[in-house]
Amino acid sequence: MNVFDSLVLLIPAFPLAAVLLNGLLGHRYSHEVAHRLAWGSVGLSFLCSIAVFIHTIRTGQAREVVAYKWIFGGDLTINLAFLIDPLSCVMLLVVTGVGFLIHLYSVGYMHGEEGFTRFFTYMNLFMVSMLLLVMGNNYVVLFIGWEGVGLCSYLLIGYYFDRMSAAKAATKAFVVNRIGDAGFLIAIFLVFVNFKTLDYTQVFAHASQLSTEMATAIALCLLIGAVGKSAQIPLYTWLPDAMEGPTPVSALIHAATMVTAGVYMIVRNHAIYDMAPMAMTTVAWVGGITALFAATIGLVQTDIKRVLAYSTVSQLGYMFLACGIGAYTAAIFHLMTHAFFKALLFLSAGSVIHALSGEQDIRKMGGLKNKIPWTHALFLIGTLAIAGIFPLSGFWSKDEILAHAFIHHQYVLYGMGAVGAFLTAFYMFRLTYLTFYGHSRMDHHTAAHVHESPTIMIGPLVALSVLAVVGGFPGVPPEAGWFHSFLHPVTAGGASGEEHVGISVILMLMGVATAIALLGWGLAHYLYAVRAEAAPELASRFPAIYRTLLHKYYVDEFFDLAIVEPLKQLGRVWDWFDRTVIDGIVRAVGQGAESGAAGSTWIEKHVIYAGLNVIGYGNHLAARSWRRLQSGMVHHYAGMIVAGLFILVHLILLWWTGALPMGLALR
Amino acid sequence: MAVPLSAYVIVSAVLFVTGLIGVLIRRNFIIVLMSVEIMLNAANINLVAFSHYLESMAGQIIALFVIAIAAGEAAVGLAIIIVVFRGKISTNVDEMNLLKW
Repeated sequence: MNVFDSLVLLIPAFPLAAVLLNGLLGHRYSHEVAHRLAWGSVGLSFLCSIAVFIHTIRTGQAREVVAYKWIFGGDLTINLAFLIDPLSCVMLLVVTGVGFLIHLYSVGYMHGEEGFTRFFTYMNLFMVSMLLLVMGNNYVVLFIGWEGVGLCSYLLIGYYFDRMSAAKAATKAFVVNRIGDAGFLIAIFLVFVNFKTLDYTQVFAHASQLSTEMATAIALCLLIGAVGKSAQIPLYTWLPDAMEGPTPVSALIHAATMVTAGVYMIVRNHAIYDMAPMAMTTVAWVGGITALFAATIGLVQTDIKRVLAYSTVSQLGYMFLACGIGAYTAAIFHLMTHAFFKALLFLSAGSVIHALSGEQDIRKMGGLKNKIPWTHALFLIGTLAIAGIFPLSGFWSKDEILAHAFIHHQYVLYGMGAVGAFLTAFYMFRLTYLTFYGHSRMDHHTAAHVHESPTIMIGPLVALSVLAVVGGFPGVPPEAGWFHSFLHPVTAGGASGEEHVGISVILMLMGVATAIALLGWGLAHYLYAVRAEAAPELASRFPAIYRTLLHKYYVDEFFDLAIVEPLKQLGRVWDWFDRTVIDGIVRAVGQGAESGAAGSTWIEKHVIYAGLNVIGYGNHLAARSWRRLQSGMVHHYAGMIVAGLFILVHLILLWWTGALPMGLALR
Repeated sequence: MAVPLSAYVIVSAVLFVTGLIGVLIRRNFIIVLMSVEIMLNAANINLVAFSHYLESMAGQIIALFVIAIAAGEAAVGLAIIIVVFRGKISTNVDEMNLLKW
């Protein structure tokens, strides 16, 4: 095992050690120690990841590191092993880098919260799971990480478990994810049946031998898993509710890393997807519809975090769209830039919430620009990045996806993405205007306490904002940047062939994208800054549309009615069945056993004991008569001896001679 | 004329039965003990007579053993009588039933 391998193993080992320390011994030491362990371990992982990344750039080849042989027997071999290739390197840097910044931020944000150590333990456990997810070299390790992040998501959404809504949101996230996981598991089984192995390298090497039907089946099952984890239609409903968790959790898990696991998984499995054009189309359409659908909901939401949550769903839709049209590199590129700017946005929103002592309703904000200038500047950078304003990171990655769709003649998808981009720009600037501009709508109590966040929170935000600004440059120029050549070994061989287009088309698409973003900005500016009364007017003019959007297309209500309530009814029926029939049987069996026991007790008492008593009493009687033999008188005994001797002698003589001694004597 | 073996046996039998009756019917422990001695000696007569008749010394040697054991037995028996007499002030056999169950 060389230095490189140990570095790779250390990446998940550091957070794991912190989990064990904080989880088992956290109550023994102060919060100061606990949070240092937490972010320190992630920081060390980040350093290791950088080293691994540099090494991978230098050698330019993938490497597998086996931590230990886990399951082997027959034709099944599963190792706890890691695959370090350009894709996992990018994911490692995003996860550990953004994770590190968010851990630092959490120190300030969670200061004084109850369960401080518990929070960091969960966060570190999440880091471990996420690292396993992106580093694993086979489906089983991926699945462990997949379930691990799901668990941590559940634990952290339900962090304020004494709040009913948080507990319910956590359960919802867990259950909805379970649906996806079922599909994912079936996909893993199918892979094993077809390839007799679960190692990526071998599976992907033989992926081209799959029949189209089988490839489609596997790809669709994988898609179900990805849809659940990455909150795509129809399983996206858990993500907005997941905002019940603390804001750093929303930033880390429900924006930057975990929800992108589905995208990572599809890109990782693109060899299978390439064999299944139908599945690819499905992915693209799921992504495109989600991008548009979630963006429209985001237009009218009033909770700052929920707007960002729908924005996340929408952006994930873009990544799926990219995967579906074969632009895997663009998907990962957008995943990376999205991690930067969405983490920045969430954390800035957290800073706003922090400043307003927990207020999340943007209708009760406004005019915060001068009161919390740092937060305002950082949030604005995030907004510009996600809206796709040149030359921030979001511009490059989103434009690349749209351009790819356009160049490969997916005009409908392009149109959906473009409209989505317009809506994104609009709702993000709406959010910014309502939060930071205009006149204050805070109540006096909150307004008196508005304060800028401490350095420990602003510092990571500044770092993220720098990343959000420059994060797009590795992918410049589109389709030919450094990022693309780095990822090329992993994502090569996409279904869509190379299409050479003139620079003019690319510039035209960029221009259109910028125009769309500016248009969205302008509309938001008009509605929320120039004519503040215009937006409510618009809402009252189209009350049906407004209400539908406000209620998120009634999807939650529909799911409740169509799935949750029938299931509850079914549950009640089964409950009744359980109580009456099964419990009845159980009780009957119990009753039977009880009467049986009573019967056998009776038999024992009245038959067996009686028999024993008869024997005993018989013995007693016999003994009473026979003991008279023992009179204690010596001459009685002597007489008995004589009598016995007499009988014995006669018997012996009879036996020997056949005659009685009297006869002998008389003769 | 030598005394026939049957004469010895008859004397021995008479003595034995005398002793036996003494053991069974007499109440005095000392007499019972003496009757036991008579029975032993009846056996001794038999042993010696058959020893002579069969021209084997084994019978006489056994007779000597019997005499020795009879002495020991008499000693133990008398000791028991003394102990019982001290406790019960009686040497009557039918007044003692200490040997029962």
